[in-house]
Amino acid sequence: MGHPPAYDGPAIAVSDLRMRYGDKDVLTGLDLEIEPGGVTALLGPNGAGKTTTIEILEGFRGRSDGEVSVLGVDPARGDEAWRARLGVVLQEWRDNGKWKVRDIVGHFAEYYRPYTEPWGAGELLEMVGLTAQAGQRIQTLSGGQRRRLDVALGIIGKPSLLFLDEPTTGFDPHARREFHELIHRLTDLDGTTILLTTHDLDEAEKLAERIVILAGGRIIADGSPDQLARAAATTAEVKWIQEGQLQIHATEDATDFVRKLLATDDGKVTELEIHRASLEDAYLELVAKFEAGQAATAVDTFLAKLWLASFAKREATR
Amino acid sequence: MSTNTLHEYRTGWKRALIQTKISLTSPGDLLGFLMPTAIAVVVLLFMQKADFEGAPVSLGSMNMPSLIGMNVVFGGIMGMVGSLAMDRTNGTLLRAKSMPGGMTGYLVGHLASTAIFTTIMALVLLLVGLPLFDGLEFDSPDRWLIFISVLLMGIVATLPIGAVLGALLDNPRNMGLVMFPIMGMVAISGIFYPITALPTWLQGIGQAFPMYWMGLGMRHALLPDSMAAVEIGGEWRTVTMFAVLAVWAVVSMALAPRLLRRMSRRESGSAVAARRADMQRDW
Repeated sequence: MGHPPAYDGPAIAVSDLRMRYGDKDVLTGLDLEIEPGGVTALLGPNGAGKTTTIEILEGFRGRSDGEVSVLGVDPARGDEAWRARLGVVLQEWRDNGKWKVRDIVGHFAEYYRPYTEPWGAGELLEMVGLTAQAGQRIQTLSGGQRRRLDVALGIIGKPSLLFLDEPTTGFDPHARREFHELIHRLTDLDGTTILLTTHDLDEAEKLAERIVILAGGRIIADGSPDQLARAAATTAEVKWIQEGQLQIHATEDATDFVRKLLATDDGKVTELEIHRASLEDAYLELVAKFEAGQAATAVDTFLAKLWLASFAKREATR
Repeated sequence: MSTNTLHEYRTGWKRALIQTKISLTSPGDLLGFLMPTAIAVVVLLFMQKADFEGAPVSLGSMNMPSLIGMNVVFGGIMGMVGSLAMDRTNGTLLRAKSMPGGMTGYLVGHLASTAIFTTIMALVLLLVGLPLFDGLEFDSPDRWLIFISVLLMGIVATLPIGAVLGALLDNPRNMGLVMFPIMGMVAISGIFYPITALPTWLQGIGQAFPMYWMGLGMRHALLPDSMAAVEIGGEWRTVTMFAVLAVWAVVSMALAPRLLRRMSRRESGSAVAARRADMQRDW
């Protein structure tokens, strides 16, 4: 937007990023490239390393190993001009509580003046829907209003790249929906690339054009919501009762399987069900296993669900 | 200095003005300062009935200037320590880090607003003290000059000390680590009773810290010259006073930037969250 187009490569380029705290590996070789423009969601269970990743990209945290470039600059060596092209919205911010909304927006814009023409306080507050609160002290804002102010402060310098870390944690459904509408408005501002982290698949599907799933310290799936949904749904589960026993079969071509099944069963098959796995099923299973501490198994299972056409052909009986 | 750096300092100055406005309009901020000071003034009023070894002014009037000196040290150090510690817990510092030139703006803003607030409070104490206490003298330009230079020197010396301690202190719940030593410093700096009443070795320790010299400087500015007789060596030791304060200023100014940079480097969202979780566990 307000910045000279000095750099036209990818907004974010990460290869083999590793992060280790003590003897605990949080990131184990993360590769990611994000082209300018659009919304990308970094999705993953709590503790998957999303915040660590985003903090490394923001230049707030060093890394153990790997190549990182954000807007063409290594975040570990980013200067103030680079900083001016980034917007950062953290999970939870309670700073400057005694300031008035109008004062903080007006003052923070000052910092960007040497680099760009920042948003005026009036138009910015209108965009995030806080015009009526302009004269209030920040600590009197509701949680949703506060986060919208954080977004306003994040985009105040018309950044090329905006980071949103778990932006709707702790929101009620109404605040959440208002926030989603705000993000949609932001995507209309041309040229701003948005990277958001979330542990909520539904939110990622609603907001992002591209979903990158992070688990076990690396990227395990990457694609549009649609692509991921189709990948997850390639296998279907067929269940039926035959001779008093429950039969389950996983197949890629449920129609063909059922046609053959019914053609040869002599009328013994009853209670036939076909269940097509959704992305949600696959993801929730990943999260459940991850939280139970079986990170490695969780990732493997998820990958199997997503990508393996030859989903284990079990014809289990219970 | 590049134009951008200049811009950062100017932005910091604007921040200081907004912060001062906020401090002066927040009942919490004002009361936090005014209550203890008002109590101290009332105590001093009662001390007007007491004399120290036949000195020409009462103990209360003697201590009034010392109280101003103490408040400058207290305000300068605790003002910086308190805001640096709190601002790391609520994310203000991290926010500053996320903006271009934000850290410089933040620090300049805090140094300047603490200086302004401390100055205002010293002037308020002076204006309250002059009519209430008998024997204070503030009617000649050389006294005004001494008052102003001691005040400025005190601010210049204590703000960077506060910045150093604030940068070292990583959690507001450890504020006591700074608070209690300062209280101890008050006790051995001749603020509420002449230092000469203390054993010589304690006098020595007291004279190593800025608190004693700020009290002495303010007494010099406001008490009749004959009161110098009560002080160590029977004189105001003006040159030594400025020299000691200057040494503190230089040493802490040399340390502050490095420690502040270290503090800033370590700041991240998860660091703020961890600190906050830590505090909530304790409360």
